[in-house]
Amino acid sequence: MADQVVLLDFWPSPFGMRLRIALAEKGVQYEYKDEDLRNKSPLLLQSNPVHKKIPVLIHNGKAVSESLIAVQYIDEVWKDKAPLLPSDPHLRAHARFWADYVDKKMYEIGRKVWTTKGEEQDAAKKEFLECISVLEGELGDKPYFGGKTFGFVDVALIPFSSWLSVYEKFGNFSVEAEHPKFIAWVKRCLEKESVSKSIPDQQKVYDFVLEMRKKLGIE
Amino acid sequence: MAEVKLLGFWASFFAHRVIFALKLKGVSYEYIEEDLSNKSQLLLQSNPVYKKVPVLVHGGKTIAESLIILEYIEETWPEKPLLPKDPHEKALARFWIQYGAEKIPPSLSAYFRAVGDEEQEKATKELHEALKILEEQALGDKIFFGGDTIGLVDIALGALSYWFECVEEAVGKKVIEPGTLPRLHAWAQNFKQAPVIKENLPDHGRLLDYQKHKRENFILAKSTAQ
Repeated sequence: MADQVVLLDFWPSPFGMRLRIALAEKGVQYEYKDEDLRNKSPLLLQSNPVHKKIPVLIHNGKAVSESLIAVQYIDEVWKDKAPLLPSDPHLRAHARFWADYVDKKMYEIGRKVWTTKGEEQDAAKKEFLECISVLEGELGDKPYFGGKTFGFVDVALIPFSSWLSVYEKFGNFSVEAEHPKFIAWVKRCLEKESVSKSIPDQQKVYDFVLEMRKKLGIE
Repeated sequence: MAEVKLLGFWASFFAHRVIFALKLKGVSYEYIEEDLSNKSQLLLQSNPVYKKVPVLVHGGKTIAESLIILEYIEETWPEKPLLPKDPHEKALARFWIQYGAEKIPPSLSAYFRAVGDEEQEKATKELHEALKILEEQALGDKIFFGGDTIGLVDIALGALSYWFECVEEAVGKKVIEPGTLPRLHAWAQNFKQAPVIKENLPDHGRLLDYQKHKRENFILAKSTAQ
């Protein structure tokens, strides 16, 4: 009996990208549905009634919400290919800790970098670069956060690389100048087809944000 | 069998979660009480990123963040499972654990800090709404979030029973009541009185004084700010 997999998503969402990457790693065929967030589909509202947010993974009619929960689900169901979490409980806890760190920091701080000005923006930029610093420390000399192979933390973090142009242009700073090791990791991940085919071009995301700011009258 | 240590703080419900899980699994451990105003070297070394309790130390390896510790305990001591086996059911359990961790604390904090009738009414209403979702969609007609027996969701949300009760008393306005949140109220009683849980709750009187003291500080801070 063939698996039926549907992904409710929004193309610039780093959270949605996590699921696209995980599904690609596992070689899972799925139907991609891009949502209009100002006019959410009945399917989205039914599948995630509590938060009404994307991404939502629908597997044989059953919905899974919250991106890191869905990535773990994908890892557990399609366990025979490309394991994303290690099998050792301590290493799993370690991976969950760092994915959680990404969740606590990247989205909110990144958002402040491109939506604020003056002192608030300066503080956000500083915090952002500190985060990258901490993450670089965790990466160390490993090719991936997962070690020799691409893993759970890599999946959690790499989508934010598609937003780098947004952070850098609105924040007026260069992440590569301060953190070349981090950018080297980004480039390494982008060499993987599962990643490059799942995340949009930085320019496309930047153009989208520019358009959104115009619509919202931010300048 | 490698040594297990738990760095905690007596009033921290984050630490209590870990205690409940270890006790339910029958895992022996050494408890180390931290003075949060003077954190130990062990704590600072074991959790350099956040420097917070709880931290579990097992065979010299450290695990931080209470919910991550719970998953570690579940995977390391798989007997007496606290999570469902089915991947979708497991994903649902994790969903409600995350809901409890992200959606309840802001409104709970606002309720705890609210001063004056208007502010208090607004905060109580918001908290009630967030809890109603838990009652209707996560708990439903079950005795525990985990079904007939306590599971990881119950442990993660456990503070809503014994700990929140003290907060309600300190604030002087109940939120989880038989009239307004009947099933959640029943769950709270069942959780507190469950074997193993009831033997490992912090002292009610001591916790109540602690919360009352905190509440007084919030009120004081508000009045001096005006």
